[in-house]
Amino acid sequence: MPPPGADAEPLLEIRDLRVSFRTEAGLVRAVDGLTLSVDVDDVVGIVGESGSGKTVSMMAVMRLIRDPNAIVEGEVLLRGRDLMALPPNEMRQVRGGEIAMIFQDPMTALTPVYTVGWQIVEQLRAHRDLSRRQAKARAVELLAEVGIPNPERRFGQYPHEFSGGMRQRVMIAMALSCSPSLLIADEPTTALDVTIQAQIIELMKSLRRDHGSSILIITHDMGVVSDLAERVVVMYAGGVVEVGPKAAVFRDPQHPYTWGLLGSIPRVGRTRGRRLTVIPGQPPSLLAPPAGCRFAPRCAYRFPKCDERPELVAKVGPGHLDACHLDPAVRPELRRERRTA
Amino acid sequence: MSGAIVGEVPAQTGGGPAAVAIGPWRLAARRLARNRVALAMALLLLLIVVACLCAPLYAHHVAHTDPFQSNLDGTTIVNGKSVPVMVQSTQGLGLGVTPIGPTWDLHHYFLGADEQGRDVAARLLYGGRNSLLIGTSAALITSALALLVGLVAGFFGGIVDGVLSRLLDVVWAFPVYLLAISLSTVLIARGISWGPFHLTSGSLLLPIAIIGLVYIPYVARPIRGEVLSLRRREFVEAAIGLGASNWRLIWSDVLPNVLTTVIVFFPLMLAIDMLTEAALSFLSIGVQPPQASWGTIILDGQDVLYTRPAVALAPGIAIALTVLALNVLGDGVRDALDPRAKLRRRD
Amino acid sequence: MARFLARRFVSMLFVLFSISVLSFLIFFATPGVDPAARIAGKNADQATLQAVRHDFGLDRPLPVRYGLMMKKLFISRDLTSYVNRGAKVIPQVTQAAPVTLSLVFGAAVIWVLASIAMGMLAGVFRGRPIDTLVMIVGLVGISMPVFWLGEVVNLITQSRLHGSVFSWVPPLGYIPFSRSPFGWFKSLILPWLTLSILYIGIYARVLRSAIVEAQEEDYVRTARAKGLTERRVLFRHALRTSLIGFVSLFGLDFGALVGGGALLTEVVFGLHGVGKLTYDSLQNLDLPVILATVIYAAFFVVVANAVVDLIYAWLDPRVRRV
Repeated sequence: MPPPGADAEPLLEIRDLRVSFRTEAGLVRAVDGLTLSVDVDDVVGIVGESGSGKTVSMMAVMRLIRDPNAIVEGEVLLRGRDLMALPPNEMRQVRGGEIAMIFQDPMTALTPVYTVGWQIVEQLRAHRDLSRRQAKARAVELLAEVGIPNPERRFGQYPHEFSGGMRQRVMIAMALSCSPSLLIADEPTTALDVTIQAQIIELMKSLRRDHGSSILIITHDMGVVSDLAERVVVMYAGGVVEVGPKAAVFRDPQHPYTWGLLGSIPRVGRTRGRRLTVIPGQPPSLLAPPAGCRFAPRCAYRFPKCDERPELVAKVGPGHLDACHLDPAVRPELRRERRTA
Repeated sequence: MSGAIVGEVPAQTGGGPAAVAIGPWRLAARRLARNRVALAMALLLLLIVVACLCAPLYAHHVAHTDPFQSNLDGTTIVNGKSVPVMVQSTQGLGLGVTPIGPTWDLHHYFLGADEQGRDVAARLLYGGRNSLLIGTSAALITSALALLVGLVAGFFGGIVDGVLSRLLDVVWAFPVYLLAISLSTVLIARGISWGPFHLTSGSLLLPIAIIGLVYIPYVARPIRGEVLSLRRREFVEAAIGLGASNWRLIWSDVLPNVLTTVIVFFPLMLAIDMLTEAALSFLSIGVQPPQASWGTIILDGQDVLYTRPAVALAPGIAIALTVLALNVLGDGVRDALDPRAKLRRRD
Repeated sequence: MARFLARRFVSMLFVLFSISVLSFLIFFATPGVDPAARIAGKNADQATLQAVRHDFGLDRPLPVRYGLMMKKLFISRDLTSYVNRGAKVIPQVTQAAPVTLSLVFGAAVIWVLASIAMGMLAGVFRGRPIDTLVMIVGLVGISMPVFWLGEVVNLITQSRLHGSVFSWVPPLGYIPFSRSPFGWFKSLILPWLTLSILYIGIYARVLRSAIVEAQEEDYVRTARAKGLTERRVLFRHALRTSLIGFVSLFGLDFGALVGGGALLTEVVFGLHGVGKLTYDSLQNLDLPVILATVIYAAFFVVVANAVVDLIYAWLDPRVRRV
């Protein structure tokens, strides 16, 4: 899998991350043993249904889960430094400085009572030793860079004076203000119109080239992943079921769940003779997840071995891992049958 | 984000007729049953209510006194000796008399006497009956009328809503105490006679009606807002689409949902109503003598505050305890019925 | 912004008008109640009743009566009491106003500061013992009748402990600021505390839940993700937006208190403010005075609300553009 220009050490490494919540009904395991890594100059897309633990795991990485009923375990290494063990003030420098985050709903992600310029300046001055004037100049530059027309004037306007797409641009400008080495984008386009979505994806692509930040993008939109990501992580019910380079995962998906995900995307020009497939059933309850393979109850190909928890290992090629007991040799056959069924 | 978390918990969200394994009311009852503090307060409240209901029993069979009859020349028994209820003052100019202080003897002026030689403990229980009665009735009036106004305004919208909302706004802008005082001044001084309708100034119905009316906007406004948003919800729109009549809709789809709000508000309204009653009675425009309420007893105690503080202290403590219990219970009910207060969706 | 101000002004006039009509109707058109008898006071003779009827135009149609009343209140300002023969009402109100203002201003300062401190503590340490403690203290404050609390304070400071700890407390009553600033302070500190206790409880609870709610807001999450210090997230983002609701509540209560809601405190501490004036006229049923104080009160409430809306617009830029 070695990505282009990678050195030995990945930028971000998540090892066996677990997040559970104590609730009235019992312990909810939102993330259950998540392991993944992001290299320098890498774009990783995490896909999965809602409730698969994508967002919670990223909030855990940023140590932003404040629910007193949450239990977070595991290691998160940023250039080898364990974020989970960092004292609060050093963690604060990481947030916004080394790892920046943008969120799903740009309409509510900015504080309504301050101008957008003020909010960008606030972040700049939290991490950089800049005078007010320097910070303002830099903020205007950033607004221009993310394609906001008339940045000087827009600097002094309030969030409610911006459209959704423009607010997401502001969020991106703010996130990139301190040149973070990693940008975590949590469904950055979900709340936007389709045309605006494409613009935001384009913007992220070009900014990545200029800033050299790695991106970890969370989405349930396979289109966004195929457009932006270099590697794909497929999550299901709190764990990873498949991970690999984009081309490999899209061309030769290994896990039946991934088949389902890919099968549910309509494609222009290829619809003849092919039906859009759906994955029957619902994600398992995170209160009492199945003991073995999480996907087994919904899987058409389950067999007795599925009562054991499958390991995430490479079976078909370097860097292309999956957590499925099916014999890799029979998978292409099964998948073909499924498509024509 | 934590749709995963919340979604798995059988939490009732927004009160729609969601298919949950266990009914929302049972769930709420179970939550409330787990709230120890709220339960303790409910018990305290029950004790106070029962004690006040037993007022005649206490007066006639334990203290052997008529708490509505002044007893300036009477005697009572302290430590086996007969002593006068009103003690001649021995200090200063020697003018006037001081009522007897607390004897801590349940049979003889437990909390002492007031300026007219009446048993404070017995009056406290009788006063509590009136205070509780007025508070409860007023809270019922407020809830019923506010529910009606809120439902009509929120459901029918348009001009009806415009007029009702303006009206609520004006009453809302009027300070509650002043509104109550204005009404009380006009009504209580000489009663009211309107056609076949006569109320004497001593009637408890007057403070009940006044207190019940002035708080309507406080409950009606939130209910109106809730009805407005319910009307836009799918299940109501679906019912409209199916041709359900307005009243049927209100009755079967909207009312059950706003009822939660009314229930959450009720103990808090009761608490506020009891404080208002006490204040009006203290200003002598609430319960009229010879009737007693906790507010009038505090007023009675004002003149002997420095010599016999028990007269004013006891009813105040009774009010504070009752209102505290109601507030805690109200919080408990809200937490139990409205789980969003704790588990809010964030996705 | 100009349009916002204009609209606000018009709606203020509307509410003022409605309130004056409402109180007029309560006093002059309640069915089954004879206003002349009420105004003339107890045991008035026929001649007085006749004079009252003429003076207030009670033999003329309602709108004329309303006009006459408003003229007496605002234009000729010669509303006269019949119970206190010939006493002019308006000067009594203007004399009492500074006392009420002193009382309410001081109490407001105390309750705002204390409730912000308590509400933030409880909101930030949600679920910890300090949260519980603050909320219990708040609940107890809410549950006590203010006039009773005042009496307890008097009992302690004027009688039981007056010889020792509280020997500095002056006798009940108001000392004007112009005569002795320190005396003014000493005469008011206990009424201030008494009056503010109820509001500290209410406001601390309101602010706590606002802060708890704000902690769940997306923009507070953004602020944390930006790497701001916890203090900055709290004060600049969570508290700042929570204050919007706090301020509108404050406006209502402040207006209501200045307008006479502080009446119970004034009565208990013998402060001759507008509330005490209302109370005294209640005792002898001096209707013109009550009507005047009610209208005065309504005026303050409405003006306070308008001021609050302006502060609101300043705090929340979203409002300005409506």
